[in-house]
Formats: sequence, C-alpha cells, structure tokens
Amino acid sequence: MSIFCKKRETLAAALAAIFISAALSPTMLNAQETAPAAVTADASPDTPDQTGMTGSDKLLLTGGVSQLEGAAGGGLTPWAVIGGYGTRDQIGANAFYTHVGVGDYHLNDIGVLVGFFNRVELSFAQQRFDTENVGAALGLGRGFTFRQNIVGLKVKVAGDAVLEQDSWLPQISVGAQFKKNDQQAVLHAIGAKDDQGTDFYISATKLYLGQSILLNGTLRFTKANQIGILGFGGDKNDSYKPEFEGSIAYLLSRNIALGAEYRMKPSNLGIAKEDDWYDVFVAFAPYKHVSITLAYAHLGNIVIKDNQNGPYLSVQVGF
Amino acid sequence: MKNSSQKFLALLSGALLFTATLSANLAFADENPAPADASLLPVYQQFGEKAGLVAIVDDLMVNLVTDIRTRAFFADADQKHIKLELVDQFCVILGGPCTYTGKTMHESHKKLAINEADFNALVEDLQLAMNKHNVPFRAQNKLLEKLAPMHREVITKP
Repeated sequence: MSIFCKKRETLAAALAAIFISAALSPTMLNAQETAPAAVTADASPDTPDQTGMTGSDKLLLTGGVSQLEGAAGGGLTPWAVIGGYGTRDQIGANAFYTHVGVGDYHLNDIGVLVGFFNRVELSFAQQRFDTENVGAALGLGRGFTFRQNIVGLKVKVAGDAVLEQDSWLPQISVGAQFKKNDQQAVLHAIGAKDDQGTDFYISATKLYLGQSILLNGTLRFTKANQIGILGFGGDKNDSYKPEFEGSIAYLLSRNIALGAEYRMKPSNLGIAKEDDWYDVFVAFAPYKHVSITLAYAHLGNIVIKDNQNGPYLSVQVGF
Repeated sequence: MKNSSQKFLALLSGALLFTATLSANLAFADENPAPADASLLPVYQQFGEKAGLVAIVDDLMVNLVTDIRTRAFFADADQKHIKLELVDQFCVILGGPCTYTGKTMHESHKKLAINEADFNALVEDLQLAMNKHNVPFRAQNKLLEKLAPMHREVITKP
C-alpha cells in the first residue's frame, strides 16, 4: 500500500513539474527543425524583438541533459553548460524523470531546472533510493527508501563551450548542491555524521566541433556517501575530499550523442566500501523540447551488495 | 568545511581574475571573415565543391526568409549578392579556389542588431540546408567550427 502511495506521489510530482514547464513555455508543443516550414511554425513571440524572455534558441543538445542531482550535464556529472535552451537573452527550463535499476536497488529521480540568460542555473531534484530486499535483510523493511532533496545552483564564470571554437578556453562554471536526506536515524546508525551536506564543484566543458567531440571535467568537493543517499561524512573520514568527474561525448548527428562518464567518490563509511561510478550512454533529442538518455551504469559496491550494474533511463522535457 | 570553502573561493576568484585578463586582451580589430584552411580541402569536396556550395546557399537563403526569426534580416536585402558572398566565404574557408571580396563580419552586421538567438537560427537554417544536400555531419561541423567564432562580430545587439 505504502509503495503504491509513493509511486503515485512520484508520478504526481513529475506531472506537476512537466505541467509547470509546459505552462511556462509558449513553444512547448511546437516541433521544429525538421523542415523550414517547421522552423516557421516554431517561431514564436519569444524571438528576435521579443518582449517575453522565455525562449529556446540555444543549439540542440548544447544544454546537456539532467544529471542525477538535477544539474545540467551528463547523467552522472554536472557540466559547465547552463541547462535549458535559453540564450544569453532568454530563460529556459526543463523537467526530468530518471530511473536507474541495478541488481539489488533502484533509484527514482525527478527534478526541474531553470536557466537564466545562459549564466545562472537553479535546480531542484528529489531522489528516492529503494533498497528492495536489502532493506529487509538489514532489518529496515523490504523496499525501505532513502529520500534526498537537492537544491542546485550553478554560475557560468568564463568561456562558451560552443561558440568559442577558436579559443582553447573551455566554458567554466562553479556550482553548489545543497542536499538533505530524510533518514537521519538510519544514517547515524550506519556511521554517517550528518543527514545533510553541500557539494561544491567547478566544471570545465568544451565542444571540439571539428572533431564532433565534447569533453567535460568536474572537480567536486564533497563529504557525501553514495552522493548523499547514505548521508554525509563517516567514521572513516569526515572532511571534504576533492573528487574528479569526467565525461566524453561523441556527436553522431545533430540530435544523437554517444558517450561515457566516470565519477570518483569518497569512501567515508566503515561498514561498506564505496566504489567510483561510470556509465556509457546515448542521448537522443528528436526536438529541443524532448530528450531521452539511455545508459548502462556501473555503480560498484553499495552497502552489502557488490557489482551493482544496470540500465539508466532518463526523459527530459522543457524549453 | 571552512578549509574547503576557502579553497573553493580561491579557485573561484582565480577563475574570475583569469576571465577579466582574457577579456582585456580581446582585440577589437576586424577579424578575417574568410580564414582559409588548406587542410579542409577534402571537406570542400564533401560539400560538392563550388556547385555544391551554390546549391546549399540557395537553400539556406530560402530557409532564412522562411524562418520568422531571420526573415527580417534578409527579406528586403540583396539576396543574390549575399548568396554570392556566402558561397565565396565558405569556399575560401574550406580551402577552395575562390576569393572572398566581401566586407568583414563586423562591417556587414554592425547595423543589424543581431542577438544570439538570431545567430543560432542561421546556424540551424544552414544545418537544414547542409542536411538536405547530404553533407556528412562531421564535414558540416568542420565548417561550423570556422564560422562559430564570428559570433563576436555578428552578434551586435547589446
């Protein structure tokens, strides 16, 4: 019963997020870019001499997709790009739903972000990490779920990943992710020092158009255990650690990118070794308003289970 | 916590200072509107050489006057002249045997109040035209790589 309620809540929240983004965007349902006629159809009150500030005139896929914590990026790691399709004169926004199903756990993740003038990105995400049978084995109950809310802020400080093709300088952004987990008692029991924490990061992203390759590097300062799902800090270590995250994507066409990501993580808890995460992905954006990302994720050891691998599916809608 | 915040702030201020220095060094002299790159000759062939460029630019112009975002800039302009200049510009950039005699990008756009959305709209219209003529995606990107930095002179709207 409670599982059904949770599912309904998740669905309702996702629908609400999609509804909000649809309401914000006058161009939401207009397909574009398939033919010149469609370009005309897409042209909306928010173009050249617009009075409205919402818009979708950034180039396809150049706002990335939504990563696990809600920032624009790859699937696992934030990029320096600002999410949404707003240019320096526009506001863009999107909503996402991500499901990761590994051997003994699954994660449902929803969120929204708003990109202001290709400069500032505000995001919110909620992760629900379901322990399935492991919860029962640990005496927490089958399907015991950690819920984590994340508010993200990212600011572009230099460069332009896409337009500055003759410069070696990547686009550089700094960001913070404020995380709050709802299972304080359990987290303390497993040795975590806190149920909330803030990650800080700096990301550099560059599109090498001549090679059709995008590279991203992110340095994150974090105390999070399993990105915060198992709390922050631990009996082994309770200080911030710098962790590197990297992404590479090959652009197959204007709307399909193939890639891989790697995310290093600290290992603060005595009860379980924490592994780095990596994935391979394909992202497909038939239109600016929709993208679908499929990945195969390797999440390594999570608490009492090794080799947690499985599919990652993410859908994003927005403008 | 304190230590890391301080490190983070140091990194941040470093990045900002770095940006400021770079911006100060940006020259305002007009850049070469048609930087020739002989190594792109194979790409020129993938575009179908001069005849291919003429066909692509013809379709580009059709797209530009159809696209509400760009129509105002081209509808009443001398389209024939613009097309000739674009063909020469693309041809020279791709290492082809042409000469570009047109204005600099700064000169030709300074009165047009073009913003980033307009600039990107032209890129999309060009991509549609290149797709229509079956230019391979990687070859398309080789041309776009050379055109992209022109945003500094083409985007004139503050």
